[in-house]
Amino acid sequence: MGNEIHVSINSDQDIVAARQKGRTLAAALGFSSGDATLIAAAISELARNIVTYAKSGEIQLIELNGSTRQGIQVVARDEGPGIADIQQALRDGFSTSGSLGLGLPGVKRIVDEFEIVSGEASGTTVTAKKWKS
Amino acid sequence: MEVPLLKQGDFLIATIQAALTDADLLHLRTALVQQVVRLRSRGVIVDVTSLDVMDSFASRTLREVAQMIRLRGAETVIVGIQPDVAFAMVQLGLKLEDVSTALDLEEGLAHLSRKSTNRV
Repeated sequence: MGNEIHVSINSDQDIVAARQKGRTLAAALGFSSGDATLIAAAISELARNIVTYAKSGEIQLIELNGSTRQGIQVVARDEGPGIADIQQALRDGFSTSGSLGLGLPGVKRIVDEFEIVSGEASGTTVTAKKWKS
Repeated sequence: MEVPLLKQGDFLIATIQAALTDADLLHLRTALVQQVVRLRSRGVIVDVTSLDVMDSFASRTLREVAQMIRLRGAETVIVGIQPDVAFAMVQLGLKLEDVSTALDLEEGLAHLSRKSTNRV
């Protein structure tokens, strides 16, 4: 394990800070600028979900060093109300906040590994990994 | 981060100069609509060359800007979407439906001029 960065998410300014840190880390790890932009966009969506649904939480950015490849792991964690129906939340166009949805399904599409753990009492943790191609 | 608005003849140009927060984007939306009314602009260009990421919120807000300005009888063109940003938008499934786009400021102005000429 190498670099690990924590960004507290409490406001829309933190969304920008988190995605900029993610882009910087991705660039430092040698991701292409296209992939670094994808990672930044994914962080932006995950951080916005925290602000919109849970008010506060954190984004953790972790450098992954596999035996044959390098990657980046983004963990978005909050103690908000949780997601009642994860399948529904992953469907394109679904949203409970009046936004367009697209956040989670879009993120799932652009990363290599994606997992959501959510419970009414425990909040939501989204883990996304992207490997360097 | 306030986005400067520049009046050029019948057109209004907004040049985004750094990453924008959600609040900045909403402020830009309000400011653009107000200025289009005040200046009786016929066209608006939003230059997003310096925008780091176009996520679902940014694309929705820009689409709303274009819709509101269309209701005022004016046209909006988004210019300068960077190749990486365009790639990420497509992957994320984000669309700027019904919003005109152009390569850069020059092409955007040419597009608006053609539209105004056609209307006269």
